[in-house]
Amino acid sequence: MNTRRKKRLALAVALIGGVAAIASLLLYALNSNLNLFYTPTEIVQGKKDTGVLPEIGQRIRVGGMVTIGSMLRDPESLHVEFAIHDSLGGEIIVTYDDLLPDLFREGQGIVAQGILIEGGKLQATEVLAKHDENYMPPEVAEAMGQTHEKLDYKTEQKSGY
Amino acid sequence: MWKWLHSYADPERAYNLSGKLLPWFAMLAIALIGIGSVWGLAFAPTDYQQGDSYRIIFIHVPAASMSMAAYMGMATSAFIGLVWQIKSADWAAAAIAPIGAVITFIALLTGATWGKPMWGTWWVWDARLTAELVLLFLYLGVIALYASFEDKVLAARAAGILAIVGVINIPIIKYSVEWWSSLHQPSTIRITGQSTMPTEMLYPLLINILGFGLMIGAITLIRFRSEVLARNSMRPWVRTLAKAQGVK
Repeated sequence: MNTRRKKRLALAVALIGGVAAIASLLLYALNSNLNLFYTPTEIVQGKKDTGVLPEIGQRIRVGGMVTIGSMLRDPESLHVEFAIHDSLGGEIIVTYDDLLPDLFREGQGIVAQGILIEGGKLQATEVLAKHDENYMPPEVAEAMGQTHEKLDYKTEQKSGY
Repeated sequence: MWKWLHSYADPERAYNLSGKLLPWFAMLAIALIGIGSVWGLAFAPTDYQQGDSYRIIFIHVPAASMSMAAYMGMATSAFIGLVWQIKSADWAAAAIAPIGAVITFIALLTGATWGKPMWGTWWVWDARLTAELVLLFLYLGVIALYASFEDKVLAARAAGILAIVGVINIPIIKYSVEWWSSLHQPSTIRITGQSTMPTEMLYPLLINILGFGLMIGAITLIRFRSEVLARNSMRPWVRTLAKAQGVK
């Protein structure tokens, strides 16, 4: 390679390296702000890296699994209450007054957006269902004991609270 | 070997070579997308959770993964064009940009239509979705920069620098679902290790990904050929070509 090409190559590589360095520093600095949601554990104990606790009245998103058996539905209205938990053992109660998405089931991952109210509850204005990266035919899922029945309420859940 | 490769930097030879490659790319792309789509949309089993709605994956994933692959192709061409000052490489980069933009748009659109019934929302400012949107803007920026200079050597340099700088977005898109908690699920197809999908769903998906790649290749070849002709319109070989086609 002649010197002019070498110079241009060095410049181009320096450009890529510089931009990569800036981007990684930026992403490192913003790291915890780039998460779409808090996990229930983070609401109780604060964020993993910064320890920041969300305040009462703050608008946040919470993501986790709907705890099986925690769903309570008001028979008179759309009002529902359910608990979501994560693998680290944190749990938070979510209340919601609108239609739940089709994929919503107990045991399903969800992301709820709303306002944190007294008593560690989240008053949700939007509930989104999260699905995982596993796809399988229904027969296979059945064989693995992973059937997804439509939400079925036990009698004590139907009776309200 | 480098000498042999270098000879294809000559516009006339690049034009002729891309003309020879075009039918192969086009035929293979049509065949693969045909097989993959029919297999995926009609014969692959339904999903236990999402039912038939998951079938949009056979368009969404090929479009999304190839939007990133096309960007890498464009940035590589721009890099070669910038460092070795090979004009053919600059034209190739300029040829890829609009196709990449359209493919990215398709990925975003199919993603939104999939998100509405499954997640419950068209759009959420999630790391993965936002990074993919930035990719669309990068493509649009490259197109705009290349179009806004009368002097195409200068235009290719400006657009090329933007294309190279934008490469940083590709690993961000790829790993966004692993680095941060997001609504978008992690990758199903694993290059190392077991994919989290049975083979009767995986094969049509892989066939469609390959088909989309070849389709982008074929359209790039068409656009590259017309770009070569437009940039060399005063050259004798283009004039003889035009005369042979009956143009006065």
